[in-house]
Formats: sequence, structure tokens, C-alpha cells
Amino acid sequence: MSHTTILDTGSRAPKSQQSLSVPRSGSDEAIGGTVTASINGQDVKVPLGTTILAAAQKVGIRIPTLCHHPDLCVAGVCRVCVVEVEGQRTLQAACAFPITSPIKVLTHTQKVRQTRRHVIDLLLSEHYGECYACGRNNNCELQSLAKEYGVDFFRFGHPDKPKFEIDRSSYSVIRDNDKCVLCRRCVRTCIDLQEVGTIEVAGRSDKSYITTFKDKPLGEVVCINCGQCINRCPTGALRANDPTDEVWAAIDDPRKHVVIQTAPSPRAAIGECFGLPPGEPLTFELNTALRLCGFDRIFDTNFTADLTIIEEGTELILRLYKALVAKDPDIALPQFTSCSPGWVKYLEHFYAQYIPNLSSAKSPQQMFGAVIKTYYAEKHGIDPKDIVTVALMPCSAKKFECNRSEMDDSGFKDVDYGLTTRELAKMISEAGLELPKLPKSDFDAPFGTATGSGVIFGATGGVMEAALRTVIELVTGAKVENLFEKANIIPVRGFEGVKYVELPITQVGPVPDILKHLVPDWEWLKGATLKVAVAHGTANARKVMEDIKAGGKFSQCHFIEFMGCPGGCIGGGGQPIPTSPEIRSARAKAIYAEDAGYEVRKSHENPDVVTIYKEFLTDGPCGHKSHKLLHTRYVARGKYIE
Amino acid sequence: MSPLPTFSSMAPEAGLDRALALSRPDIIEEVKQSGLKGRGGAGFPTGMKWNFAAAAQADEKFIICNADEGEPGTFKDRVILQDHADLVFEGMTIAGKAVNAQEGIVFLRGEYTYLRPQLEAALAKRRKKGLLGKDILGSGLDFDIRIFMGAGAYICGEETALIEALEGFRGEPRNRPPFPVNTGFLGRPSVVNNVETLACAACIMQRGAAWWKAMGTEKSTGFKVFSISGDCGKPGVYEFPMGITVAQLLQEVAGVGAKAVQVGGASGLCIPASQFSRAIAFEDIPTGGSIIVFGQHRDMLDVLHNFLEFFVDESCGQCTPCRLGNGKLLEGVELLKEGKCSMAYLQELCALGDTMQIASKCGLGQSSPSAFLSVVKNFREELMGRTYSQV
Ligand SMILES: Cc1cc2nc3c(=O)[nH]c(=O)nc-3n(C[C@H](O)[C@H](O)[C@H](O)COP(=O)(O)O)c2cc1C
Ligand code: SF4
Ligand code: SF4
Ligand code: SF4
Ligand code: SF4
Ligand code: FES
Repeated sequence: MSHTTILDTGSRAPKSQQSLSVPRSGSDEAIGGTVTASINGQDVKVPLGTTILAAAQKVGIRIPTLCHHPDLCVAGVCRVCVVEVEGQRTLQAACAFPITSPIKVLTHTQKVRQTRRHVIDLLLSEHYGECYACGRNNNCELQSLAKEYGVDFFRFGHPDKPKFEIDRSSYSVIRDNDKCVLCRRCVRTCIDLQEVGTIEVAGRSDKSYITTFKDKPLGEVVCINCGQCINRCPTGALRANDPTDEVWAAIDDPRKHVVIQTAPSPRAAIGECFGLPPGEPLTFELNTALRLCGFDRIFDTNFTADLTIIEEGTELILRLYKALVAKDPDIALPQFTSCSPGWVKYLEHFYAQYIPNLSSAKSPQQMFGAVIKTYYAEKHGIDPKDIVTVALMPCSAKKFECNRSEMDDSGFKDVDYGLTTRELAKMISEAGLELPKLPKSDFDAPFGTATGSGVIFGATGGVMEAALRTVIELVTGAKVENLFEKANIIPVRGFEGVKYVELPITQVGPVPDILKHLVPDWEWLKGATLKVAVAHGTANARKVMEDIKAGGKFSQCHFIEFMGCPGGCIGGGGQPIPTSPEIRSARAKAIYAEDAGYEVRKSHENPDVVTIYKEFLTDGPCGHKSHKLLHTRYVARGKYIE
Repeated sequence: MSPLPTFSSMAPEAGLDRALALSRPDIIEEVKQSGLKGRGGAGFPTGMKWNFAAAAQADEKFIICNADEGEPGTFKDRVILQDHADLVFEGMTIAGKAVNAQEGIVFLRGEYTYLRPQLEAALAKRRKKGLLGKDILGSGLDFDIRIFMGAGAYICGEETALIEALEGFRGEPRNRPPFPVNTGFLGRPSVVNNVETLACAACIMQRGAAWWKAMGTEKSTGFKVFSISGDCGKPGVYEFPMGITVAQLLQEVAGVGAKAVQVGGASGLCIPASQFSRAIAFEDIPTGGSIIVFGQHRDMLDVLHNFLEFFVDESCGQCTPCRLGNGKLLEGVELLKEGKCSMAYLQELCALGDTMQIASKCGLGQSSPSAFLSVVKNFREELMGRTYSQV
């Protein structure tokens, strides 16, 4: 097994912004050497090039910020973080000032405080919005700043009417420019982190505003609905399209049978909305809360995550078989995962020629919707038209996905509503429940048993690990545990942007029953080396795609996992705000800990999965029935807008 | 005939000839010795700037001539480019040798597009004469110059915004540090100098640092080219030694009896008659060369209104103090004109002006409140009568 990473193939972000990212204290990029700065009289030794902000953090001095974000390159535009640096005529932005000589810094002088207050007063003078009618009430950086700096009147006035129209055109993201403070975190997110480039600043001076290409509605431009911009917006200017009213209405309607599926990532993060530190999963408390809210059935998305592995894994085996044995030149390889709707739309826009490479398997969310309105409805004698399926997802793109016109294979809209972690937390609060204090309870049958493989879908590398656990066992007939300690496939884990792994297949076993109708034996795989890769965040996806286009080593891969969001689903656009590398890593740890705790950790061993193939999908994985319900097609969207 | 006698008196290419014979450090030393400070407004010592760029390690460096001349009331760079373009190109070539740059770029103000054919012709002629291109005059120096057209934004005169625009992005100032001498165009060390600075450097190479230092004051050496407009008898472009007092200057341009003089353009200071004995020099009233004379009949609030409207239009909008602050100052002036501004609010606005000066990201926002603050300070009586008192 070998494990390497690739070189940067360049970024679409403006050169200026790239060069402006300042190495974080203690990181390898620091220029080398150290320097001692004095901050409020306290000496702190930091690597050369550390920002004043990071150095102050090191000694426990908090400098307020607004345009700074730990995931993004430096902007230095809000000027909230200004500090006095001895010998400088002007105040300096702590977030942007790299320490390269022994400087003396004062962070809270009268001059600094007055300046910050002025900056806040100025922002409020243009801020149309009332906190009690805002989704970010109590979790808004502007509001916190106003509180911290004792704003008790509007020194420079306050607008009494809106300047902008709210853009509700997107299934996923709502834009309310009247609450925008022009910190440009969304712009940097979209262009630097995601390399999509949907939104930019237009206009100059007090007429500048965040907008799309030709001011078109967000729903009509190239946006992948990832919601990463929402997660980094300090205010209520960006929010997800919130269907909680509709979900409540369904719950309140006695004729409706309301079913919710919960994905692992929101469960690992929802505690943050209730004041818990990141990384404390509340999976089973959440089941209780959902019952108390009035949901009729609570299922675990892991069930269809396992189903996805079977379908997608089988699809991969079939592709390999056709390509390697039948030598069919039309088989598209590498196969790409398709469970991240942000990634799928990214590919549809920017790499539409690679649509044949996308696995045709639906995402777990959509498989679940289809299974509930068919298999489950049949089994329980419920008319599918009375079933409302809700999905708790870490993701804003899932809202778009469930509204894709082709997602109606059950004869109905497969998934009616996608709820984000934040939205469900709000519903739970509305129901008067204190989630962390609730007793634990189980999922409902018949999709109540989950495996660890389904759980790790939430972190980058998780789908690949789950797939490998299954494929290795199905092909070699041996236990994964013999190859990887405790079945933990460490090389595909972690937050490195792109991971590449080679896995030689030295032994093969008998073909298991469920695949017997598809391949006669495994001999053709003996001695082959399985090459796989994992990329998360579309900026990293782009690197891999460009390499594939150029015929580089990723074009030789067999299977590649792509996730639209940095960190995978745990960093999804519907997750609690704020986000940072530390927060995502705590959530990922929680997910891997949960996986380790499961009795069954491989998708193909999930008894409910085995049952559904016996009872319902009787012609097996990638069979006729599964094709109709569990697989889908894609749309070449292209990157040009009229 | 050009109104600029010193530039007109220079022997063609004598400065370049001398520089080609000198070593890099010697060229820089000569410029340092002269005490030449940047003519673009900020007054940064040119020798020091060249030295930083020379010391920076890079495979590629650039000399950028800032010809975006956008400060209200400035038009001297236009005259220099029109009449003495060769001197400017000579200065760029000398700078190229001094810092070891291979490429020069003239960032030409959009409104000066009409000058471009003439400048291109001058460049072509220089190439033909072996003054540009490979192995200049057999000295082994490779250096060429191209022209890049600005698109009309004042902020693109700010050196880092200029570089952003050169790279094809929105013209918005960068964070500094890093400075262009280290991380400039395409991330390479770049010297950004004003048109006049480069012409002066060529003169200094020709006549020597001592000649230059003999003019002006100790801290502001040499002469300066001024653009003079407003209520005076003889507006135009002039060459005066640094350190000239406002009164002397008014004498020369037939502006005696003025109510006030705006030195340094819209972002400069408004000097009342009582201070006309002050000197125009970096140590007293600094300037990039714009002088606007206001006669007795001018309403200072109209003047401010005009300036602030300019800044409200021209702020890039990147940072909070400047994006929103200029608008508040403008509103304040409007309130004053309508007799609706209280004394307390005027004070708030002055404090806001102080904030803008120290907290804005670039020179635009740092200097846009200067006129407002100096009018409030120097014309207190006139304004007091117009504040609104709530008894
Ligand atoms: C808003 C703003 C506009 C400026 N416009 C010009 C300009 O039009 N021409 C110029 O030479 N310098 C301009 N400057 C100054 C430049 O940033 C820079 O300091 C100058 O080009 C350096 O050249 P010097 O050292 O030769 O003066 C401007 C600065 C600011 C802040
Ligand atoms: S964005 Fe923040 S400050 Fe503005 S209304 Fe919402 S909570 Fe209040
Ligand atoms: S949802 Fe994603 S793609 Fe769309 S604007 Fe936001 S960051 Fe960009
Ligand atoms: S929309 Fe949000 S993130 Fe984007 S600039 Fe405005 S406040 Fe900042
Ligand atoms: S001070 Fe004004 S012009 Fe300069 S960066 Fe800030 S907003 Fe832009
Ligand atoms: S946080 Fe530093 S300028 Fe905005």
C-alpha cells in the first residue's frame, strides 16, 4: 500500500489574495525563524510572519474580528481588528499584519476602542434588519460586536427601509443584502475555498454590494448550493432556504405520516446548537426529541448509506469487469461517487463531459426517500401519497437535490423536505426541548440497524473507507480486519485536500451470492492494484479533475470519492455556525468514535440491507428494480450563463 | 515651449549614459544622496525605495511608472509626458538598471489615451536608437517598456490597487506589508514611481546629487512641478523650488488676496490666508503638486461638498471607514449647509474623520477627511454660524 499526495495545480483565486494568505502561527509555511513581539506588555515568541491576531491569541488576548475567518485568506477590510503598533502613524489590522520584527502592540487603547466603535457604528448605519426578526439572532458576529462595544444608540443613523430585494430564487441559499456588512467572507469562500466563483463584489464605494453574474438571481447562475458561504457569513445576509414551517404543517396534519431520516454528520454537530462543545454526538437523544416533536417514524440514513455502498460498489465491480475482461472501451473509469449533491452539480457545470464517470447510484438521502415511498409504504400498508419524507442533513445542497425533477422514481417526490442541522435545532427548541438532557432512544424498524460504515460517510474519506471494507471482503473473501487493524483504513482518513491510495489485490475468494449473477469469478482481479483517491471541497476536486483531463495519475484511478464541502459532510453548508478546521476535526473524531462503537461495521453485513434485497430488490444490486428506484441520471449544465 | 525650464535644459540621455557606466549601488547611492522624495504625494525617499527593490531576491522585477494622475487639480504629469516623455523613459531605464529589472510598465490614466500614440512612437524611436531592448547601448543592460491603459478609477493611482489592476483584477489596495518593493506585480519586487519622480531621477543622474540638493530645503530637496488652478490670474503648470511659501506662490500665479489655498488636491490640506507664510515642503505642507486657489467669494462648504462627493464616488468600497465614512462627512456638510447640523454632531464627525485617517486601509480613506478636518479647524468662525443649536 502506498499513500501520496499531488502537487497544487493552481488556484482560480486572484493572485493577490493567494499571496496575501499569512501563514498561521506554528504552521509549516511560516517563513522560518522566530520573533518576539510585545502585546500589551506581554512578550510572545512566534514564527516570523505570524499575524498580530494569531500572536495575541497565543497569549490569550482576544482581538475582535469580522472579515477574518480561519478558513480563508486575509482580507483586512472590515477594520474592526485594528490595533496600535508602536512607531506606526496609522492603526494596523491585526488580522493582516505579519510580525517580522520585534514590534510593540497595544490592543485596547482609547484610540483603538473609539475606532472600533466608529467602525461598528458605521456598519450599523447601513444595516437594515432587526435582530429579533433574523435567523442569526444570538449567533451573529455583528450583533456580538455591537454588544461588546456597548452600542446603545445609532451614532450615524440607521436605515428604516430596505435597499435590496431578498433573493429567494435558489432552493438552497437565500441572500439578503440589507444585512450584508461586505466582509467578503462569502466571496473568498466561493472563489478560494470552493473555486466556484458564483458571487463577487460589484460597484464601488457605498454602492458596492455582493452579487452574481449580471445580477441574476442565485437560482439561475452557476452555484453548487454547497452553502459554504452561509457557514462563513458573519450575519444574517446569507441563510438557507428554511422549510420548517412546511414540516411543522405536515406534522400537525393528522392525515400525514411524517418520516424523518437523520444523517450522521448533523447528529455529531447538533449539540453545538445547544451549547455543547463540538464533537459530542447526540444521535439517540435526537431520536427522543424527534418523537416528541411529533415525527411518526425515525430512520437512520446509514441504512441507505449501506445500500449506496452495495449499489455503488457493485456498479464499480461491473465497470471494472466490463473494462478489464470484456475490454469495452466505452466504460468510463475512474468511477466518481455521487452522494454529494454539491459535487454533482459542480461536475455538471464544470466537467459535464465526465458525467458518465459519476456513479448512477443516488445519494443515501434520495435512496431513502424512494425506499420509504415504495418498500416501506407497501410493507406497512400506508398510501405513499400520505407519506411525507423529511431528511435531516448537514447540507444545503440536499435541498436542491430533493427538488431535482428526476427525483420522483417512487411515483412521488421521493424526499419532500431537506432540513439542515440548524433548522432542526430550531424546531427542537421551539418544541421546548433541551436536546442534550433528553434520554436516549432507538431508531425505528425496519431501517433501524446501522453499520459503522454508514456513519463514517460523514467525514471525507468515509465513503471510500466504507466501500473498501465491503469490496475487499466481497472480492478477497477475507476479513478486512486481517488487512487493516480493527478495519480502520487509516490512509483514506484525514483532512489532507487530496489523498491517493494504491491497494494491491493479492488474493481472491469465491464470488458471494448476491453478485453471482453478475460476475463468474474474481480471477481477473488477482494481482491487480486498486487505485483510489479522495478529495473534499470543490477546489480540491478541481485539482483532481484537471489532472484527469491532462491524463495524469488520477486518470488511472478506479474509484474516486468527491465531497463538495471541505471536510466532507461534517463541514456541510447546513451545519452549525461557526465552522473552523478545529471544529470540523472534532466532529470527525466523534464520527470515527461512533463507527468504532458499532457491532456491525460493514455495509454488506447490515441485516436490514440483506433483508431488503431478499424481500424487495429481488433482482439484486444494480438489478432492474434497484435501477429504477435507487439510480439516477444527470444533467449537463455547462458553465456559461445566458 | 515647455513651461518646465529645468527639464527642458537637460541634455538627451546624458543621465542614462552616466548610469550605464556606474555600478548598481553607485546609482542608488547618488539618488539617495540627492534626497529625492517621491513626487506622487507620499514623499517616500526614492533612493531607499530603489534600494529595497534592488535587495529583494527574485528572478524578475518591474519598474512601474504611475501615470494615473487622478488627484483633483493635478495635471502636471500630463504636461511632463507630453513634453518630456523621453526623460521619464530615461528615468525608468536608469531605475531598471539600478534594481535589475527587465521590464518597465507605464500605467497611463484612461483619460490620457490620446497621449498613447505619441508615447508609443517615442518608445519605438528609443528601441530603434538602442535605448530600449536588448543590450542597451552595448552596456549589456536589457530593459523594455510597455504601456498599460488605466480605466478611469482614481483609486488605481494607489500603487497596490494599480498593481491589482495590472494583474487584471478589481483595482483595490492590498494589505501592506508586504510592500510592492518585495511583493509587487505578479508577486515580484516592483518599484512604483510617479512620472515626475522618474524624470527627476534622470536629471539627478545627469547633473549629480549636489546640484539637486542645492535647490529646495534640507528635508525637501530639489524643485517640484505644480499644477495650479482656481481663482488666480495665471493658472497652469509651474516649476518651483521646494519650500516655497504659499504667499510667494500666490504672487507668482497672480492669486494674491485668496481666501484659502488647497494644497495637495482633494486629499490635501486647506490652508487659510492666516497661514500663507507656511512652506510647501514635506516637513510643512506636503503635496503631490496640486494647488487650488479659492477666492474670497468661495463658500468653504461648497468646496468640501465637491471634494467629498469625489471621495464618495472614488472610494473602492473595500474597507468600512472609507466606504461609509465619506458619505457621513458629506451628509454632515449638507446638514451644515441647511443649518441642521448641531455642534455636537459636527464634533462626532470630526472624531469620525480622525478614525478614517488612522483606520482606513489605504491612503485614500486616510486622507479623504483631511480637507473636512482642516476646514472645520481653520474656518471655525465661518462654520459655527451655520451649526444648529437646540436650546
Ligand atoms: C488614492 C491614491 C491615489 C494616488 N494616485 C496617484 C497618482 O495618480 N499618481 C501617482 O504618482 N501616485 C499616486 N498615488 C501615490 C502612489 O500610491 C505611490 O505612492 C506613488 O506612485 C509612489 O511614487 P513616488 O514615490 O514616486 O511618489 C496615489 C495614492 C493614493 C492613496
Ligand atoms: S444580521 Fe445580526 S445584527 Fe443584523 S439583524 Fe440579524 S442578528 Fe441582528
Ligand atoms: S452555495 Fe457554494 S457555490 Fe453557491 S454561492 Fe455559496 S459558496 Fe458559492
Ligand atoms: S453576504 Fe455575508 S459573508 Fe458575504 S460579504 Fe455580506 S456579510 Fe460578508
Ligand atoms: S481607504 Fe477607501 S479606497 Fe482605500 S481601501 Fe479603504 S475603501 Fe478602498
Ligand atoms: S478582521 Fe481584520 S480587518 Fe477585518
